[in-house]
Amino acid sequence: MELTVNGKPESHPDALTVEQLLTTLDLAGKPCAVEVNKQLIRKPNHNAHTLADGDTVEIVTFVGGG
Amino acid sequence: MPQSPITESKPAASPAPFTVAGRTLTSRLVVGTGKYADNETMRSALDASGAEVITVAVRRERLINDKGESLLDAIDLSRYTILPNTAGCFSAEDAVRVSRLGRELLEQLGNPGASWVKLEVLGDKKTLLPDPVGTLEACEQLVADGFQVLCYSSDDPISAQRIKDAGAAAVMPAGSPIGSGQGILNPANIVLILELLKDADPDYPVIVDAGVGTASDVTIAMELGADAVLLNTGIAHAKDPIAMARAMRRACLAGYDAYHAGRIAKRKYATASSPWEGVVSYIPGE
Repeated sequence: MELTVNGKPESHPDALTVEQLLTTLDLAGKPCAVEVNKQLIRKPNHNAHTLADGDTVEIVTFVGGG
Repeated sequence: MPQSPITESKPAASPAPFTVAGRTLTSRLVVGTGKYADNETMRSALDASGAEVITVAVRRERLINDKGESLLDAIDLSRYTILPNTAGCFSAEDAVRVSRLGRELLEQLGNPGASWVKLEVLGDKKTLLPDPVGTLEACEQLVADGFQVLCYSSDDPISAQRIKDAGAAAVMPAGSPIGSGQGILNPANIVLILELLKDADPDYPVIVDAGVGTASDVTIAMELGADAVLLNTGIAHAKDPIAMARAMRRACLAGYDAYHAGRIAKRKYATASSPWEGVVSYIPGE
């Protein structure tokens, strides 16, 4: 399965949920917000939302800003 | 960092609290967290500014900065209300997306800023001036979605009025372009905005945002009657950000006091402070 995660292409052998993707990135349990194809996937739904081939995923956090 | 030789014999008087988006604040300075050389300087500068509300940006997760530090580890989330911005958005659609991402993060963190957004819809990367049409569209959508929108605006009074009419919790006119340090370029427009937006609604918050270069710019904004001032670069890029943060805090208090004290009218000619009666000297023309 091909995904675009934060602008970079990624290949995954099996289908995975948002929660599983965050685990592969060592982000599980850390504060981060996730969008799939420009739609916010709220944290309670991370486990239920299975990613599809070609999905564009954005994982964001806070940085310094004015 | 060098310590200021000036010490206060007693703390400066606190200005009256003001309410924005249902939250009562004592500090009338809102500061950003961007552009600091390191997190330790940022933490000390935030502390010296006295701010209760601080702004942050939403960006792709890179886990850590180049020193291995995350912003969220560097700030005391129990002390500050976090105001996420939509900096870098050039369309209403993107600004709404970023606002929702910020809300999601703050809900996870349990921070009271969760429904707040500092809305910026920019028109152009060079000037970073707001796109008034995109700003209005995004403001309407976000208000309908339950956000408390603190909305960055140009200093155009009619734009500011339209944003208030769209349901923004506060309008935040720019003093001058973001990060430019030019101060308050059109004080007459800021006064018009204050008159328009506060007409029959005196508690409606107007926060001067952007362009502050030094402490006197904050004082000028407050002397005009602004409820608060939002700034970032003026502190973060000062040679000594902590001393500048302290200066900004004092300048804000000075401007607040001066506005409420009521300044004298400007006059064309001098008026002597010492009495004419009893002078022993020769006065030309008399």
